[in-house]
Amino acid sequence: MTIIPKPAKPWTSTPSARAKEIALFLGSILLTVIVVQVTAFKGKLAYFFIFFLLYALTTAIFQYSARGMAAAKDALVKAIVVLGAVVTVLPIASIIFTVASKGLPGIRPGLFTNDMSLATSTDPLTNGGLLHAITGTLTLVSISLFLSVPIGILTALYLTEIKGRFTNPIRFLVQAMSGVPSIVAGLFILSAVLYPITKSYSGFMGALALTILMIPTITRTSEEVLLLIPNELREAGVALGGTQWRTVAMIVLPAARSGLVTAMILGVARISGETAPLLLLTGGGDKVNPNPFSGSLGSLPYYIWKSFNAGSPEAITRAWAGLLVLLVVVLILFTLARLLTNQKMKARK
Amino acid sequence: MSTNSGVIPAPRELTTEPRRSDKVFRAVVTSGGLSSLVILGLIAVFLGYRGFEVLRQEGFGFITNSDWSISTDDAGNVIESHFGLAAMLVGTILCSLVAVVIAVPISVLTSVFLNFYCPQWLKNFLVAIIDMMAAFPSILFGIWGFLVLMPSVEYWAKLIHKYFGFIPLFELEPFIVTRSPFVAGVVLAIMIIPIITSVSREIFAQAPLDRIQAAYALGATRWAMIKAVVIPYGRSGVIGGAMLGLGRAMGETVAVFTVLNIVFQVNWHVLLGAGGNVASLIILKFGDASPYEIKALMAAGLILFLLTLVVNAVANFIVKNTGKSGR
Repeated sequence: MTIIPKPAKPWTSTPSARAKEIALFLGSILLTVIVVQVTAFKGKLAYFFIFFLLYALTTAIFQYSARGMAAAKDALVKAIVVLGAVVTVLPIASIIFTVASKGLPGIRPGLFTNDMSLATSTDPLTNGGLLHAITGTLTLVSISLFLSVPIGILTALYLTEIKGRFTNPIRFLVQAMSGVPSIVAGLFILSAVLYPITKSYSGFMGALALTILMIPTITRTSEEVLLLIPNELREAGVALGGTQWRTVAMIVLPAARSGLVTAMILGVARISGETAPLLLLTGGGDKVNPNPFSGSLGSLPYYIWKSFNAGSPEAITRAWAGLLVLLVVVLILFTLARLLTNQKMKARK
Repeated sequence: MSTNSGVIPAPRELTTEPRRSDKVFRAVVTSGGLSSLVILGLIAVFLGYRGFEVLRQEGFGFITNSDWSISTDDAGNVIESHFGLAAMLVGTILCSLVAVVIAVPISVLTSVFLNFYCPQWLKNFLVAIIDMMAAFPSILFGIWGFLVLMPSVEYWAKLIHKYFGFIPLFELEPFIVTRSPFVAGVVLAIMIIPIITSVSREIFAQAPLDRIQAAYALGATRWAMIKAVVIPYGRSGVIGGAMLGLGRAMGETVAVFTVLNIVFQVNWHVLLGAGGNVASLIILKFGDASPYEIKALMAAGLILFLLTLVVNAVANFIVKNTGKSGR
């Protein structure tokens, strides 16, 4: 009778090692509670940091006794790295939680059917709403999309299809453009269009400034997508006798369609909450204004800004409600973009 | 098979000359591609043109003085004006440096965690929410920072002053900690963490796999591997990411304006509640500015534009050249 040796798996942790790890974890929680109770450190943050410190120390000491100095350092670094990741995630969680908890009381049916033309920010919440802000933001976003999508995609096509003499400088300039502060974009439109030509606030001015901020996002995402299109497709198009124009228009662009839509969505997410240029350019009206070319136009960021600066409890609730709407819009846009990219990945496989 | 011998057809003309449709296509795409150059050029030209008068009047003092005052007579004519950006520039640099100093270690730890410690499902989730955070509107950070974060940060500022007050940078005289550059720096740090994290995550992910496996094969622990392979490889990329974050922090407007107390006086003390910021200055003064003061704001915008342009250019240069040369 042959003896079949049991397969050894030295990389999995044995029950006893796992038990020790859990004991260490629980032990440091206990120690943390004791330290916080006994010493002068108080509060949630104290719990948090003292726990991390103690856990890092106890695991390091444990590893030192079991496996020596190198293992102890490894354990210490692991704890610190995890701490870094937690510190990154904490503000996100806090922001989403705060906006949801403070914004929800301000969400009521009338909010989406009324504007603020007959109410002020300090009125009770039953008066007024943010219809004007939502329609205004929609107007701004559609105009900027209409202007920036052609420019952004043409630039991306230049970078991927033509690859001319200016490819590197233009790639560099697009990077530089994505770092232009939004207030500078606002000042530029103010100095180049509003003062010399129209001389009055309007939604269109705001949309122009947003276009400048949106172009780099669209260009960079589209470029990445177009680079993913396999070269064989282009070669097939040319081999069939197509000119470059027809190859790009009928093969490359349709193949990249969902990616280009993702680029647009990311662009919209980038600008939908942009505030500074709108403060300079749109005038921020309180009434639904269907004409973006004349008269002041309200928008979500402007509404939030105005309510926040009004300062009364009702106004602050309005600001949080506005922020909640804005945050939900950004969340939806991001989920959409992610779903689209995931679908494309699956189709590729 | 019959051959019509003697009749040699004229050789077909071969040419690489593109057809007319392609010429039009290339012209349109190229002109679209040059739009970024045109827009950036126009920004500099128009801001310079509007701000020229003020820049000429103030000369070099526009960036070395820190008075900001204008007086007009009843007819609206300018009697006397002093415009200087020194306090604002110092404040901008101070806030952004605080932000970078706080954000870089956290971002580097996070990207190391994402690349080398984290299970795949958690990594996908965390990358998604960190990318999303980069798209959060700045007004959200501003209001959240003002109403939620500021009380805790002021408490931390007091602690720092208590234990490190002997360092000149942390002096508090008079004792005012509200709306200090430190608070603005913390808010900015939270805003730029996603940017620096995603840049360093991508750089770290490019660390050569053969070296990583070689390190493990020699018996290195995970930390020893990271120290020996990943950090030397990604160092300059992280610096580039940090500068990208710095550029973003310098241009941030609304978030800083809500949490910073703007004072026209050069102040290097991080914890003191008197800061300055070029972008916030523009928002602060725009509302009731006379036409001449608007010109000064345009000049300020030009300075800010050039500053962020330089920082971004250097950052992109560093990021682009990382990883090309191995050790």
